[in-house]
Amino acid sequence: MMLLIEQALNGLQYGMMLFLMAAGLTLVFGVMGLINLAHGALYMVGAFACAAVAGATGSFWLGLAASLAAAAAAGAVVELLVIRRLYARDHLDQVLATFALILVFSEGTRWLFGSFPLYLTLPPLLSGAVTLPGGLQYPLFRLALIGLGAAIAFGLYLLITRTRLGTRIRAGEADREMVAALGVDIARLYTAVFALGAALAGLAGALVGTIQSVQVGMGEPVLILAFVVIVIGGIGSVKGALVGALLVGMTDTLGKAFLPGVLARLIDPSAANTIGSAIASVLIYVLMAGVLIVRPQGLYGERGMA
Amino acid sequence: MKAILMGAVAALAMGLGTASAEGVKVGMITTLSGGGAGLGVDTRDGFQLALKQAGDAAKAVELIIEDDQQKPDVAVQIADKMIQSDKVDVLTGIVWSNLAMAVVPAAVAQGKFYLSTNAAPSALAGKGCNPRYFSVSYQNDNLHEAAGAYAASAGIGKVFIMAPNYPAGQDSLTGFKRFYDGEVVSEVYTQVGQTDYAAEIAQIRASGADAVFFFLPGGMGIAFLKQYAESGVGLPLIGPAFSFSQDILPAVGDAALGVKNTANWSHDLDNPANAAFVEGFKAEYGRLPSIYASYGYDTANLLLSAIAKADVADAEAFRAALQAADFASVRGKFRFGTNQHPVQDIYVREVMKEGDALTNRIVGTAMTDRADAYADQCGM
Repeated sequence: MMLLIEQALNGLQYGMMLFLMAAGLTLVFGVMGLINLAHGALYMVGAFACAAVAGATGSFWLGLAASLAAAAAAGAVVELLVIRRLYARDHLDQVLATFALILVFSEGTRWLFGSFPLYLTLPPLLSGAVTLPGGLQYPLFRLALIGLGAAIAFGLYLLITRTRLGTRIRAGEADREMVAALGVDIARLYTAVFALGAALAGLAGALVGTIQSVQVGMGEPVLILAFVVIVIGGIGSVKGALVGALLVGMTDTLGKAFLPGVLARLIDPSAANTIGSAIASVLIYVLMAGVLIVRPQGLYGERGMA
Repeated sequence: MKAILMGAVAALAMGLGTASAEGVKVGMITTLSGGGAGLGVDTRDGFQLALKQAGDAAKAVELIIEDDQQKPDVAVQIADKMIQSDKVDVLTGIVWSNLAMAVVPAAVAQGKFYLSTNAAPSALAGKGCNPRYFSVSYQNDNLHEAAGAYAASAGIGKVFIMAPNYPAGQDSLTGFKRFYDGEVVSEVYTQVGQTDYAAEIAQIRASGADAVFFFLPGGMGIAFLKQYAESGVGLPLIGPAFSFSQDILPAVGDAALGVKNTANWSHDLDNPANAAFVEGFKAEYGRLPSIYASYGYDTANLLLSAIAKADVADAEAFRAALQAADFASVRGKFRFGTNQHPVQDIYVREVMKEGDALTNRIVGTAMTDRADAYADQCGM
């Protein structure tokens, strides 16, 4: 039972990090109609900025601020220089150009930081484990990630439903020509949305990098799952991204945690791990296929976008 | 008559001299980027240090180094290129057993010598042994066997064991169980290159074990140890040297202090070759050498000893020269068994602090003159 609760918390934490990644991706796709493969590169930029600044100053919190700033700045620059030219093009051109950006960012980072992974130290305030009601011990930092993810989800909800920027984002999603005709500077809106999405990705990179490691190419595996998340949740929907991310996080973690154990009773542990993790990975796509059969536009998607 | 004989010997010696002066081309395929980079960099640096210290004797060696990115397909491409277009005589340097399985059988079948600086999967030690394949490091099971023997002698009753799911990981858990007589409560395989161990740590917490044996080399070990320290589980850890090697300790910090691990080398082994190696490595690279560096260093010295005795073009003579292992190993004594894997002592080390630096020191001997479990199946 304790094991189930702990694995569920792990799934929740993983889901929250996927959400941070998917939120930016879904906004950019929903508002601008742009497929941004370079979103994983922005995740990596955030992680490296955090590692570099935390290493230089000794403060994890400055590193975290730097990850937001660096990823948002990188996002804004990329939008102004490259992405802006792609809105009118078809999706294939967008995929090609943003794939090129992955290569540019990866090699650039390798050139600046080298091929060695970097490791971050947790801030003393958040290190160690806490005892939860019921006696389960759980790492404080992972709990903090769950809390932070929930807070950001709530903040994004307020931003989109209660602010002028949110109104414009929703309007831009619905009908961009009309929004432009009403006098909204659509170019600036796009840059702002792109930078916001980049900052969230950068934050996710820094947080995940802190518990794991910071290395070139760390963003791409997460990017694939983030795309699955937004397809499940419905493209353009932040609420969908949250629900989709939690579903994917839970499915992946619980599947990988329990399937090999169940299979190991039948076959030898090495084969059980191979088959168990393979089935767990497939489960995510089964989930996606199931959602698409019932709701082709995703759980919270509008119209026939998917 | 005597003069003629002397002349003949001299001519022969000179002939050999010119043969080796033509050079031996060595292709090193190793991991220089990503989470496993620390292992490959140390292998390379140890190997190059031995060449540098050998001075003129190493002039005959031409070394080509390429990064395999820890990917089997990349390693195979590099090996093909080194064999086909660079025309190397000897291959070496692979860290990971899944890469070794992809490269070694094909390379030796094409008549190249392969000297392993690290990976030594069981499949190449028994029925798959080959006259042109030498493991200088160990057979994969060795250090894990010693850890199992240590855990048994330390009276650990129930243990949770864990390794990545690839040939060396399977050899690791097989090796551990071979000499461990307590109860294995859970046997868990992880993904190679995995960076998040939350799910495994939850299993450890729920397992009711007295201790955890884990084999996670390189970046995997760093990620696990950091996350384990934060988890509050606190069960004692045991592992092979790879899990607490010099490439891992600085990133993990004081959390590793006091942990026992098993190794066939340590920087405090007292012999002249090791002193020259450790001092030379610190002077050259400004850091303590890891166990991978020691294997690289020994491999280069073994190669130099064989080059001094025989021409690489004469495969039989060169093989005999390698088998003789006529070099000063940093492990003190060194000899090959019938399957061309080492027969050696394996020690228990403990993580401690030397000044500000975390490192290992020897606290006991786990196994003496240990060969491996597969030598009998080798037909050589």
